[in-house]
Amino acid sequence: MVTAIHPLADSTPVAATTRPRSPGTLRACAALLRRDFMLAWRRRGELFLPLLYAVIVTALFPFALGPDPELLARIAGGVLLVIVVLAMLPALEAMFRADLEDGTLEQWLLAPQPLALLALTRVIAHWLTTVLPLIIVMPLLGALLNLPVKVLPVLIAALLLATPLLVLLGSVLSALTAGARRSGILLALMLLPLAVPVVIFAAGAIAAAQSGMPYLAPLTWLAAALVLAIVLAPLACAAALRIAVET
Amino acid sequence: MATPPAPSAPLLSAHRLAFSRNDEPVFGPLDFSLGSGETVLVEGDNGSGKTTLLRVLAGMLPPGDGEIRFDGQPSSRDSRNGRVLWLGHRSGMNESLSARENLGFLAGLYGTRAGMTAATAMERVGIDGWIDEPLRTLSAGQKKRVGLARLLLLPGDVWLLDEPYANLDRHGIELVNALIAEHCARGGAALVTSHGAVRFADPHARHIHLAT
Repeated sequence: MVTAIHPLADSTPVAATTRPRSPGTLRACAALLRRDFMLAWRRRGELFLPLLYAVIVTALFPFALGPDPELLARIAGGVLLVIVVLAMLPALEAMFRADLEDGTLEQWLLAPQPLALLALTRVIAHWLTTVLPLIIVMPLLGALLNLPVKVLPVLIAALLLATPLLVLLGSVLSALTAGARRSGILLALMLLPLAVPVVIFAAGAIAAAQSGMPYLAPLTWLAAALVLAIVLAPLACAAALRIAVET
Repeated sequence: MATPPAPSAPLLSAHRLAFSRNDEPVFGPLDFSLGSGETVLVEGDNGSGKTTLLRVLAGMLPPGDGEIRFDGQPSSRDSRNGRVLWLGHRSGMNESLSARENLGFLAGLYGTRAGMTAATAMERVGIDGWIDEPLRTLSAGQKKRVGLARLLLLPGDVWLLDEPYANLDRHGIELVNALIAEHCARGGAALVTSHGAVRFADPHARHIHLAT
């Protein structure tokens, strides 16, 4: 109905040939998501590694600490939280590395799309492909460590809030260090102080749930930090990507 | 739409454009303009700043001094708005994906030229048989041709081509010249760097010489 009012306004040949309308931002983000999923599928062997790491480390804990169910139940939440954070670290480094090296970032920069939104899309794709599988196997890992059933939902909720936050913070650092050789240690060192508050709030929620206390407050703090990071981190990430392409 | 470009304004113009790296002048100051249908050849020895000049024009590097204008408007993300297509030393495509997948992604970012698809663009550059092969299985010259297919597919009208002849055989070089000529006939413009080993097709093309 709306388009019928000005049937010729959009279809004048001049507009069509000299100034083609750039595709919508949503379409661009969808194209990027599709591409990243395709690449992840081609390298699904690599995606399996963090998962394997988490399972192995979790399985080793009962052996190292002795099969004391009560001790395991007490530490399970915190241990799983730390294992997830450590398992997602190595992949963070490579978030923009390949795209910087093959010139894809140059094409991002020149595209008629907001760079921050492309960066946010990359964060979402990265979280879905490398972190979400870790959260999906949480019930299994929880069972390995005798995690109390009532704590499991809180652990998963804390991870669903804390891991995107860490990926967002990590995306800024990953963009900053994309041009540097062997930046893995550098990134881990820089992310550590940023990760500490996130881990503290997530662990606070888990500990509260474990002792039957209200756990909503630390979770809402995490949610607030996540909302802030969704708005600010992509902007910082875009600025860092520009610097990475300049040098 | 609020400020229609003056019809006389060139697509791209540079005024007293200069760039220095660590207080060491790389090029400039340069004055030139690139009008619709024009090709300008940037010449100079290795290290004379050809690539840097193109990167500055594309907006990937901030100009040290001077001004760049698109359609008479100062260069910014809005005035460039995806009109600049960049073909550099790096392919800008992922080696694990096929040409069709790479071109499809870039078309999602930039849009496509009217009537062009990844398949027709690949056919024009003569390697449509390789469209579904991962790029890493292609030779350097074939990858360059995929880069040329990208120029054909995406709708930008200002082509910044950094050494487009590298890795190409004689037919490839003729293809680049033909594509540039077609692009200019459509009203586009191209700025091409070359270290001078390849004779440029258009004898009337203007030249910019960069001295070391």
